[in-house]
Amino acid sequence: MKLYVTDKDGKEHTLEGTNDWSVMEVMRENGIEVLAQCGGSCACATCHVYVEGDWNSKLPPPSEEEIGMLDGAFEVQDNSRLSCQIKCSPAYEGLKVKVAPGSY
Amino acid sequence: MTEIHKTDAVIIGAGPIGLFAVFELGLNDIKAHLIDILDRPGGQCAELYPEKPIYDIPAIPVCTGAELTTRLMEQIKPFHPVFHLNQMAEKLEKIAEGWRITSDRGTVIEAKIVILAAGGGSFVPKKPPIKGIEAYENQSVFYAVRKMDTFRGKHLAIAGGGDSAMDWVINLQPLAASLTLIHRRDEFRAAPDSVSKMRALVAEGKMQLKIAQIMGLKGEGGKLQSLVVKDDKGESEHVCDTLLAFYGLTMRLGPVAQFGVAMEGELIPVNTANFETSVPGVFAVGDINVYPGKMKLILSGFHEAALMAKKAFEYIHPGRKYRFQYTTSSSDLQEKLGVKPDERAA
Ligand SMILES: Cc1cc2nc3c(=O)[nH]c(=O)nc-3n(C[C@H](O)[C@H](O)[C@H](O)COP(=O)(O)OP(=O)(O)OC[C@H]3O[C@@H](n4cnc5c(N)ncnc54)[C@H](O)[C@@H]3O)c2cc1C
Ligand code: FES
Repeated sequence: MKLYVTDKDGKEHTLEGTNDWSVMEVMRENGIEVLAQCGGSCACATCHVYVEGDWNSKLPPPSEEEIGMLDGAFEVQDNSRLSCQIKCSPAYEGLKVKVAPGSY
Repeated sequence: MTEIHKTDAVIIGAGPIGLFAVFELGLNDIKAHLIDILDRPGGQCAELYPEKPIYDIPAIPVCTGAELTTRLMEQIKPFHPVFHLNQMAEKLEKIAEGWRITSDRGTVIEAKIVILAAGGGSFVPKKPPIKGIEAYENQSVFYAVRKMDTFRGKHLAIAGGGDSAMDWVINLQPLAASLTLIHRRDEFRAAPDSVSKMRALVAEGKMQLKIAQIMGLKGEGGKLQSLVVKDDKGESEHVCDTLLAFYGLTMRLGPVAQFGVAMEGELIPVNTANFETSVPGVFAVGDINVYPGKMKLILSGFHEAALMAKKAFEYIHPGRKYRFQYTTSSSDLQEKLGVKPDERAA
């Protein structure tokens, strides 16, 4: 699947998302700056992204744990997610995210 | 006068690898002191995932981060490690007999060798990504409470929704001139008892609860005048003179970068025969080091600690011959561990 990522400098990147990998892992693999200090365990909130366009309503909703963990993120919005909790799948072809402040 | 602690080895970082290093050093008759900025041992296991399971510790099918830490603490008990917690190892200097380490709390430790087990870096408070916030830090913006009196008579805003925020709301409310808790949602991930206490204070009109997020600061010369906050209705200003922000901790390399060992980015290259850095007598084990094939796993760090301790023996006991032994069969090692296997078999 194609994944569009806006990095900390506002530059847009087109990445190839590997099925079943998290969006965080795909960003990391491609050298996009994202702290992701807990390595994808929903335990640090430093992989915070904004899900753009109407993707927010198309993705499965965040778990209680993810919502709680977002308390440790900054400038949280309605479309805030932890990118380690979003799994790539063909159903999300064209998913668009932006790395949030505090996660780079 | 500050007391100077003298020991064989000083370990920077009390994460799982720093802890296991105590064991391997102990078997080689090497005493150790540890320094960690956290208030308890365990590093990432204690701070990031105390309740999450780990499945790849050899021979332990499953244990949590907290359990692993407890077990390591039990395992190293016979060696009486000395912990210096709540402090940052800040300076490393060469002295005639080895090394002198100084912490930000003034603790001084002199040791013959140094083990850098600094992991992903030191755990420090997360700072809001607000431009210019540094100018206010330690004057009107704080991330921890060192002296409660700092907050006496202040118009205080506390940010966060966890246990630290709740505890300090309860403790500082009687001292502050006014107190507002600012959190992004009307739900708190803290001990239910503390949350009820906070809600009671709000109900009694002794403090305010504001469901909003901090977006900016206004003030002059490091003196805070108001916070720019955002809620459902948009941005507004909240007048206060002091902010205490609790967003959890994050890992930052910190002072280790200035210790004088060769670095590769934020990691320390080592010789894989003995895990020594570019500086003789200074070792690096666990997540902080790098070498071809490195995997940041606890089990790799344990292995690294064993090889490190063998080389450390040469520094600490120069005249003695190194002897390879098993804990199963060596009465010498068993004596150090304070165990009597015959009793166990019986
Ligand atoms: C959520 C999560 C799940 C994980 N799951 C697994 C798993 O299943 N299996 C596995 O093998 N690994 C796992 N890991 C990785 C594992 O936790 C790390 O490899 C391990 O913690 C590294 O140990 P360490 O002792 O090298 O460093 P750390 O645990 O990072 O500890 C380093 C310590 O040094 C302190 N420190 C650093 N610099 C200073 C200084 N200057 N002064 C004072 N203190 C300092 C820090 O505060 C910290 O406490 C996981 C990690 C996370 C975050
Ligand atoms: S990587 Fe830590 S929460 Fe996603």
